[in-house]
Formats: sequence, C-alpha cells, structure tokens
Amino acid sequence: MVTGVVDYKAGNLKSIENALKNLNADFIISDDPKKLKNCDKLIFPGVGEASSAMRNLSKYGLDQFLREYAKKGNPLLGICLGTQIILSWSEEGNTECLNIVDGKVQLFDKNMGLKIPQIGWNTVRYVKPHYLFKDIPNHSSFYFVHSYYPNVKKEFTIGECEYGIAFTCAISRDNICALQFHPEKSGRHGLKLINNFLKGE
Amino acid sequence: MFLKRIIVCLDVRDGKTTKGIKFKGNVDIGDPVEMAEKYYKEGADELVFYDITASAENRGIMIDIVEKVAEKISLPFTVGGGIATTDDIRRVLLVGADKVSINSQAVKNPSIIEEGASLFGRQCIVLGMDALADRAMPSGYRVVINGGRTPTELDALEWAKQAEKLGAGEIVLNSIDTDGVKQGYEVNLTNIISSNVGIPVVASGGGGKPEHLSDVFIKGKADAALVASMVHYGYYSIKEIKEYLKKCGIPVRLDW
Repeated sequence: MVTGVVDYKAGNLKSIENALKNLNADFIISDDPKKLKNCDKLIFPGVGEASSAMRNLSKYGLDQFLREYAKKGNPLLGICLGTQIILSWSEEGNTECLNIVDGKVQLFDKNMGLKIPQIGWNTVRYVKPHYLFKDIPNHSSFYFVHSYYPNVKKEFTIGECEYGIAFTCAISRDNICALQFHPEKSGRHGLKLINNFLKGE
Repeated sequence: MFLKRIIVCLDVRDGKTTKGIKFKGNVDIGDPVEMAEKYYKEGADELVFYDITASAENRGIMIDIVEKVAEKISLPFTVGGGIATTDDIRRVLLVGADKVSINSQAVKNPSIIEEGASLFGRQCIVLGMDALADRAMPSGYRVVINGGRTPTELDALEWAKQAEKLGAGEIVLNSIDTDGVKQGYEVNLTNIISSNVGIPVVASGGGGKPEHLSDVFIKGKADAALVASMVHYGYYSIKEIKEYLKKCGIPVRLDW
C-alpha cells in the first residue's frame, strides 16, 4: 500500500513527510503524474495562493491527473490549499479550481472583526460519522492557518467549526476527503486522523 | 470554538536554549530539541525559536536544530533571529519550520516582508517587534531593534499597521520594559496594537504567572501569549496555566 503525496511546489511538504515517517507509512512524494497514478491513495496538501497553485498544477499536468485519479475511486485526501483546489472555484484570485467536488472558497468577512488569517487551534464538530474521525473524540482541536474557507453543500460536510461563522472544515464525497485544518501539525489527534486515512475504511 | 494559544519561546545560542533577563545576562538551560519534545508532550500550542547566536559560523547549527525539531513534533513552530533575506526564509521553511519571525531586518529593509509574503504566503511571515514605552511617540511606544539596544524613529502602532499592509500574517509583540522580569505583559501596548490591526497579535515579555496570561488575553486582547521563564524553570506547567485560564472563561486547548 503506497501513498502518494502530490508535490506541486505550493508550500512545504516537510511536515507531511515527517508525519508519514512517524506513522511508518510507505509513501512517495512526487510532481510526476506517471509515478503518482500507481499509488493506492493520494494526499494533496498545499499552502499558498490559489491561482498560482492552479498554474503550477497545470504546468506539471497534475490538474488533469487529479481529476482522473479522483474518478478511479481510490482514496484522496486534500489538506488546506489542496482542499480548496479540489472545489470548483475560489474567491482568491477569482480562480477556477479542479471542480472535483462541487463547492466554492470564500474569504472570511473582514467586517466581522475577525483576525485574518485564522491562525491557531479550533475545535471541530462532527456533522456525520466518518472513518477519518475513528477514535478521535468529537470537538477535538486541530490547527488552522487560512484566510479563505470552503463553502459546500451540507451533504458533503462531515465536520464544522466556528470562526465568526460556522464553516465546513472537513469534507467527504465518495472516495474524496478534504480538510481545511492541518492534521500534520495537530499533535496526536492529527496524526491519528492521517493514520485513519492510511488504514482506510 | 477558537482557542487562545500558549506559545513556548526558546532562545537558542550556539545550539543551546538560553534565557536572559531584559536581553542581558543569558544562562544556558537545556537542549532545544529535547525541550521542544517536552513542551509538545506537555501541551504547548506552538513553539518559537529565536536564534540569538552571535557568530555567523555557528548559524548552521540552528538549521540542524530546526530539522530535528520538525521530525520530532507535530506542532507548528516559528523560527526567528538573523533572518535577513528570502534565502534565509526559504532555508528555514524547507527543513520544516512553519513560520519565520523577522524583527530588526524588517525595520532595516521592509521589503523583506513583502517579498517573503509573496514567495511563501503571508501565513508564514511573522513580524517580530520589540517596543519600549516612550511618551514622545504617538501611540506611546517606540520600536527598538538589535535586541532592544537600538531605538528607531518608528512608532509601534504605525509600524504594526505598515507591516500588516506589507504582508505580515501575524505580529509577535515584545515589550522590552517587561521582558524577563515576570511582572506581567504590557497589557496596554498589546491592546493598542491588537485592537488596531486585522492580523493575530502574540503578546510577549513579562509572563510570570497564569494571571498575567488571563490579563493579556482579556484586557490586552491578545490572540496568543508567549511564555518562557515561567515554564522553563518549572514555576508552572502548561497544564496549570491552561487550567487556570479555563477557569477564567478563556478557551484553551486541553486535549493534547
């Protein structure tokens, strides 16, 4: 069972790499669709800006690859910017994203007196049971760093949290899962969640 | 529920954690990698490492430390001290740091914030600011650099606003007046800055007991607070601090 980590030069993959090493996972990190397509599951991370991320994905041919991989039915986990890119459109740079899961990405409302970016720990409320949450208590805290948040249909929301408004921070549709927070930076609960993804349903 | 962060600060000199009082008279207190692991297990929400190594030839030691820390802990951490160029930023981020804190160098060359934010994202560019009470300044506080030794002409609030515009994602605000003396954070300074910028503000300098943290969270409107002496010397555990804050009605992370 090999997990592929998609490297599209959007931020740093060191913490994902360290987390996977600590979990003794069998994984590769690659920007090459030919190598990634043989992986049993994929992690699609990323930190940075949406429009330049889309440009990089297309440069490596990873945009088309990800759409095809998602259709195959193998598990795919988006993290942070990866999560936003999986959706249809982002307000950040008015960017057309991969449209793997229907939804949009919006900026937190500055007029609400919120500090933006949201930087720090927030508790996640489970909306539906999901294998990613196995053995992690409801309302556990996870680490967030973001200015934009996912807005998806209720049916795709598995976890929510509050930052001025209630927003979706964990998404699932068929084989696709996506998280706005950083499990690789969220202590033992985060590592457990990544391990749940590696083990599968 | 969004939680207030307790950030443990480790000053590192020549590969050892050290602690000074008002930026002077440092003593070594341990190995930074071991200390990082200890605080990770004891419930710190984040860590900050300041490289206060004086000599250029020993700077490489810090990169090794950052790499080892990133391997051992699943927790966000910031590295500061001696970061002057985008290459310095890249070097630290590539070995696993989440953010860099830029202080004196940002005053000398503000474009480093702008360039850093556009290359790596504003979430990883932290403005470190040392401020000193000074009635001659519009906000009542003057920015000082070079570890508090050199006063500048910058007003603390103006500089904070400018750094936000340039692309800083967070401000670590250190009061020179209260640093290392454990008599409480500069609540007034923290409030002035935190109420007037749209990015998170981390209070630093003066935390000596849990009451100081509740003060700076409630009255100072801080988004996070840095602790050093009070945990390094074992006066309080992070758990004790957080349990106290919880009793005061301040939301904190207790499920590490």
